[in-house]
Amino acid sequence: MTEKTPNKTKLRKNPVVLFIHKLGSPAYFYHFTGKFIPWFWAIFLVLTAIGMYQAFFVVPSDYQQGESFRILYLHVPAAWMSLLAYIIMAVCAFIALIWRIRVVEILAMCSAPVGAAFTVVTLVAGSLWGRPTWGTYWVWDARLTSELVLLFLYLGVIGLYNAIDEPRKAARAACLLALVGAVNLPIIHYSVKWWNTLHQGSSISLMGGSSIDSSMLWPLLVMSIAVKFYYGANLLTRSRVKLLEQDLRKGWVRNIVREGK
Amino acid sequence: MTAGVATGSLRSAFVALVRRDLLLAFRRRTELLFPVIFLLVVVSLFPLGIGPSMELLARISPGVIWIAALLSTVISLDGLFRSDFEDGTLEQFVISGHPLTLIALAKILTHWLVAGLPIVLLSPLLAVWMNLPDGTMGVMVITLVLGTPILSLIGAIGVGLTISLKRGGQLLSLLVFPLYVPILIIATAAVMAAADSLPYTQFLGLLVAGLITSLTLAPFAAAAALKISLS
Repeated sequence: MTEKTPNKTKLRKNPVVLFIHKLGSPAYFYHFTGKFIPWFWAIFLVLTAIGMYQAFFVVPSDYQQGESFRILYLHVPAAWMSLLAYIIMAVCAFIALIWRIRVVEILAMCSAPVGAAFTVVTLVAGSLWGRPTWGTYWVWDARLTSELVLLFLYLGVIGLYNAIDEPRKAARAACLLALVGAVNLPIIHYSVKWWNTLHQGSSISLMGGSSIDSSMLWPLLVMSIAVKFYYGANLLTRSRVKLLEQDLRKGWVRNIVREGK
Repeated sequence: MTAGVATGSLRSAFVALVRRDLLLAFRRRTELLFPVIFLLVVVSLFPLGIGPSMELLARISPGVIWIAALLSTVISLDGLFRSDFEDGTLEQFVISGHPLTLIALAKILTHWLVAGLPIVLLSPLLAVWMNLPDGTMGVMVITLVLGTPILSLIGAIGVGLTISLKRGGQLLSLLVFPLYVPILIIATAAVMAAADSLPYTQFLGLLVAGLITSLTLAPFAAAAALKISLS
């Protein structure tokens, strides 16, 4: 006991550890993230404005696909984000299940609807893009199919979270499901890839195997960064609302209501 | 809940649990038949829905039989922990001192014996109905032998998570079907490869890999899910 105590206090003095411990407190988390959210929105809007302007007016039209390829600047960032949101959810779920930090539980659960929304955007944009290029709204392409399964995985997590009444129990159950899904996701992805090459003689490749020109690439990168900031802002806003909802009767929420901050 | 001191060895507990559940299942024989009848009905709906063309049926037969197996498994999964949860037996298991993982594995084994094995045994009949291509019957049976335990293992996680819900069964299908995608793909790919007289052992190898992986991981996840549901 006496040997452990100095070690612990030493750890507490470490500013990074201290900061992480502080972030675990709902009140601190609420105030700390509140400072960031406006900046996230601002960066998102500026980057989106630049990226969209480039995508619509500056980038030349594709010699094969014409103007329709411009949907790429929405479709691809959304697709990347849909996967990253799942990874973030799974990492948060892992932390939440082991250390039982409520803020992280909430972050995991708030990541699910945002990720699901990005998956829907990816699927809708993809099928709208598919109509002029492939001649059909939907093909059972490997990427489309795994994106669809990803949406089902998200819906499962959201469904389970909303079905259980007690919020912390619901979060823990949904976190476990998110982790099981994370283990399965690579397997699903590769099996869908095999399935596609096995069952369909030829598969339509989204990029046609050809690499993208750099003048077309950089607005894509700008847009994908913009989307990350949107996700961050959305996730943090949702998490703060959820925290307020859960802690309605706690002191720190009353202070916010009373002092208006 | 605090765990008590376990009485008896792990093996005796495991065997006793499997025996008890099998006995319970056979006391309610009609309930045991529901998923089997469901399987037969689902498969027979396909020829009615798409026409009796033997060529077409032969083409889709591996997929139809496997999808019917998936549906039938989900139907039967709801009963996996249900009665034990409702009468409090599950909580007694938790405080018995025996690892919950082992208890989950015993329940999963029983589930496969009463719900998975009948699918395997009935598959030759389904194969005849669906005009499964000649010479692929053996592969079909092997994929079902290897695949249906995976369905029970992964399904147990979903059941563990939804057990405390009144109508968990509806949610259960949403939770487990996406996780079943790889098994469906690999198993049907094996049968289809055999039908085209292509090598198919690599798919069986993947199914074995899936079985081993889920056998080692799923009982732990199912036990964790049950603990969350019981908390």
